[in-house]
Amino acid sequence: MSETALHAGAAHHEALQHHFTSLDQQRAASSLGMWVFIAQEVLFFGGLFATYTVYRHAYPEAFSAGSHHLSWKIGFFNTLVLIGSSLTMALGVYSAAIGKKNRVVGFILATILLGSVFLGVKYFEYGEKIRPCLGDGPHTGCLVPGANFDAASLHLKGADAGHVQIYFSLYFAMTGLHALHMIIGVPILLTIAYFSWQGRYGPEYHTPVELVGLYWHFVDIVWIFLFPLLYLIGSHA
Amino acid sequence: MSTHLAPGNQPAHPRGHVVSWKVYLAVFLALVVLTVITVQVAGHDFGELNLIVALAVAVTKATLVVLYFMHARYSERLTRVVIASSVAFLAILLFLLLTDYVSRPWSLVAAG
Repeated sequence: MSETALHAGAAHHEALQHHFTSLDQQRAASSLGMWVFIAQEVLFFGGLFATYTVYRHAYPEAFSAGSHHLSWKIGFFNTLVLIGSSLTMALGVYSAAIGKKNRVVGFILATILLGSVFLGVKYFEYGEKIRPCLGDGPHTGCLVPGANFDAASLHLKGADAGHVQIYFSLYFAMTGLHALHMIIGVPILLTIAYFSWQGRYGPEYHTPVELVGLYWHFVDIVWIFLFPLLYLIGSHA
Repeated sequence: MSTHLAPGNQPAHPRGHVVSWKVYLAVFLALVVLTVITVQVAGHDFGELNLIVALAVAVTKATLVVLYFMHARYSERLTRVVIASSVAFLAILLFLLLTDYVSRPWSLVAAG
């Protein structure tokens, strides 16, 4: 069979865009683009991790005191939920690759559900720290850095209250940027689930399912580092 | 080569490498076990070792996710270069930043 005939055969797939020679080439280009985006994301989060490293190096006691005020049990639970959502996402991509349309939709919906559980727990965690700052009372337990920050509610063990505020600034910035990525991911997952349900994807072409999967797994990786760095500083005996 | 493109009755050939669902389940279980390990280790005071173990476990978990969930193990070489470069640039960012902050108190030159 001639080269031209091969290309003509491949061109029949409606997902193949005219500027690509084959679906394989199109898939490789899309995948590479997503990875370049993720590489950029690594450095985007990297700035915060670098800030974290410098301040933790400078004020280890303050970071330990701040960390001890977070519930590692909640962080542990959320880690399991997020790892679980990565599993359902991977199985969603797998189902697309073997052409099981209904399972793709099911697994993506499961991923959204687990992601929502994670965000719900995060909402509860944030609320606990933010709500005391909003009332008219003495702001007992307020952990948002600023004028209302209640250092007295923490077991400082000699750590500087101002330095503990740096820890909580980083806690909100890092978990906040992470949660924002998940909030952005959910509508994208919903769209992909809808397109899957419409039957747009199959074994030959399911690149969008793969790419949203890459994004979701990346967000999981960020949390894999955030959990020990924020929740498990020092001894938690 | 490329026999799947030939017209005929061959079944549709999936694009990319298809890994068994069992691999994903095994990776998931490994991630759960590693998470339990990191929590258990944090329950004891090993001094400096606590941070080292926590980071080693996190790096192992991230590697598993990248290799299997994100298919890096089966990706094109160019993709792997991008992955490696993202890690390399993060290392440059952290390393050069720390050469400054860690060495500041060293004051090799007498003041004044």
